[in-house]
Amino acid sequence: MSKVLIVAEAAGGKLNLTTAKAVTCAQAIGGEIDLAVFTAEANGIADEAAAISGVTRVLRVVHPENAAVRAATLAPQIVALAGNGYTHVLAAGSTTGKDVMPRVAALLGVPQISDIMAVQGPHEFDRPIYAGNTITHVKTDGSHIVVGTVRSASFATASSGDGSAPIEDAAIAVELPTHTKLLDVTTDTGDRPDLQTASRVVSGGRGVGSEENFKIVYDFADKIGAAVGASRAAVDSGYCPNDMQVGQTGKIIAPELYIAFGISGAIQHLAGIKDAGCIVAINSDENAPIFEVADLGLVGDLFKVIPELEAALG
Amino acid sequence: MKILVPIKRVVDYNVRIRVKSDGSGVDLNGVKMSVNPFDEIAMEEALRLREAGVASEVVPLTIGTAKAEDQLRTCLAMGGDRALHVVTDAEIQPLQAARILAELAKREEAGLVLMGKQAIDDDNGQTPQMLAALLGWPQATFASEVKIADGKARVHREVDSGIESLEISLPAVISADLRLNEPRFIKLPDIMKAKRKPLDKLELSEFDIAVPTVEIVKTSPPPTRAAGRMVKEVSELVAVLKDKGLI
Ligand SMILES: Cc1cc2nc3c(=O)[nH]c(=O)nc-3n(C[C@H](O)[C@H](O)[C@H](O)COP(=O)(O)OP(=O)(O)OC[C@H]3O[C@@H](n4cnc5c(N)ncnc54)[C@H](O)[C@@H]3O)c2cc1C
Ligand SMILES: Nc1ncnc2c1ncn2[C@@H]1O[C@H](COP(=O)(O)O)[C@@H](O)[C@H]1O
Repeated sequence: MSKVLIVAEAAGGKLNLTTAKAVTCAQAIGGEIDLAVFTAEANGIADEAAAISGVTRVLRVVHPENAAVRAATLAPQIVALAGNGYTHVLAAGSTTGKDVMPRVAALLGVPQISDIMAVQGPHEFDRPIYAGNTITHVKTDGSHIVVGTVRSASFATASSGDGSAPIEDAAIAVELPTHTKLLDVTTDTGDRPDLQTASRVVSGGRGVGSEENFKIVYDFADKIGAAVGASRAAVDSGYCPNDMQVGQTGKIIAPELYIAFGISGAIQHLAGIKDAGCIVAINSDENAPIFEVADLGLVGDLFKVIPELEAALG
Repeated sequence: MKILVPIKRVVDYNVRIRVKSDGSGVDLNGVKMSVNPFDEIAMEEALRLREAGVASEVVPLTIGTAKAEDQLRTCLAMGGDRALHVVTDAEIQPLQAARILAELAKREEAGLVLMGKQAIDDDNGQTPQMLAALLGWPQATFASEVKIADGKARVHREVDSGIESLEISLPAVISADLRLNEPRFIKLPDIMKAKRKPLDKLELSEFDIAVPTVEIVKTSPPPTRAAGRMVKEVSELVAVLKDKGLI
């Protein structure tokens, strides 16, 4: 039987929703599911983790070095835990998971499966390659531990609130390296919904034209309670911060509604929105490739369309 | 300080790839190949560090087919000093690549390995972190700014929540994100010059790559989305969205 260890992820003192998605992936693998919470002090994160349904137990690893999340200090702790009979170690395919898990895999001497999008069996998975334009079905040798990251957009969020897994303190006796110092993290997300978990996302591309013009995208998003995303061109041009980028190298999202203003639809951008429920594209060029994938397309000038949309929505 | 820049020959990012009908992989016949875009950015950063006097030598290297020499020559034309080529037709997986790169980093006594954050063919995004683990070196992935002084690197990293600033001691592995820099254009005389720069060929058998690998069972095209529809006016768009309960 499988025994899956999931590296929980938290931000701002709260458990990330992506952790509950990794739990859904682990349920497809089957067996026991343990969540590892790495913190500097006992806090509410372990309780949140314990409440996710399907979780067998929560392992809390308290270490002062965990005040700053870094791959170099996290990886040896994960490796130490993994030695306790686990068949799988998973983390969300967030920037944290992508940073740390290959380091874990190499320390364990095993390959990694990146961006698991479907579970075909305990050792068989589907994952996207070529910016999602190809899916490969891969298989690992059943004789060793599986290390993987979970593509959050492919899995539902395991329900929370009805679980009551026991919380155990796990002591880890490994020396942690001192060569990596976290200086700071700058975030400028306001009160808008989180891009990765929002049910509605409004995005702007190069067509928006400037940082000032992006205000109309933000205002429209606020009006419909949407998170705001952007194309790489919009970020590169300085219209908005990097954490808003959607696509192959940005965020992979799966909102119910995605509205793209002034985005051409390059494959690298589309890689980030393939799982959206309904894609709406507004573009002044009727030949823009985004219309090939949009569920609803409207040829028009975004500066005219947005005010009309706002008026129509009252 | 010597900087190693591992680069991979991949399908050009502009190519619309096709999956072979027998599920055995992607059709690479006659397809344009290039230096992985992230590796080109890593190469540019290494050259800027040399130009700033921080590095003394920039060595691009690849593990790949004989044809990957084209991509190494491109890196030499950008300004690389000399190149290393581990020649093989075998499909090399990230942990294996990391083992080879670790061996070469030691042999070359590299002070820094600067590489791409992911290869855009397999989208694994693993090799830099694995390399750092094998060497016991610090890592700074997804870099959008690199500053080096006093045996340390200060790196801005693009993370989900914004920008993270990390300080690591050297030697280290740094992986490049898209906004680290804009690679220079190559001039014709530089292409000529690159042909005469040293390029050492190495045999795969020199390296121990006996590690478990992932078996590729089948490759298939992604599920296609149902064809959408065009609407003529905003009012029609709003009506459909309301009808679907999306707004
Ligand atoms: C390795 C690699 C990774 C990449 N990763 C990503 C990624 O993660 N995410 C990403 O987005 N891109 C990514 N890219 C870049 C991608 O290839 C495209 O360059 C980018 O998506 C283009 O952004 P855009 O659609 O905003 O700009 P453009 O392609 O310039 O399109 C702008 C669009 O706006 C329309 N427009 C202009 N004015 C108006 C108006 N007034 N009203 C309505 N429409 C208007 C135009 O018709 C045009 O279609 C990557 C590229 C590479 C090489
Ligand atoms: N065959 C290879 N030869 C040299 N470098 C490679 C090779 N494969 C991967 N790399 C490097 O590792 C990075 C990440 O690749 P990957 O882990 O395959 O996504 C690439 O951007 C390259 O810098």
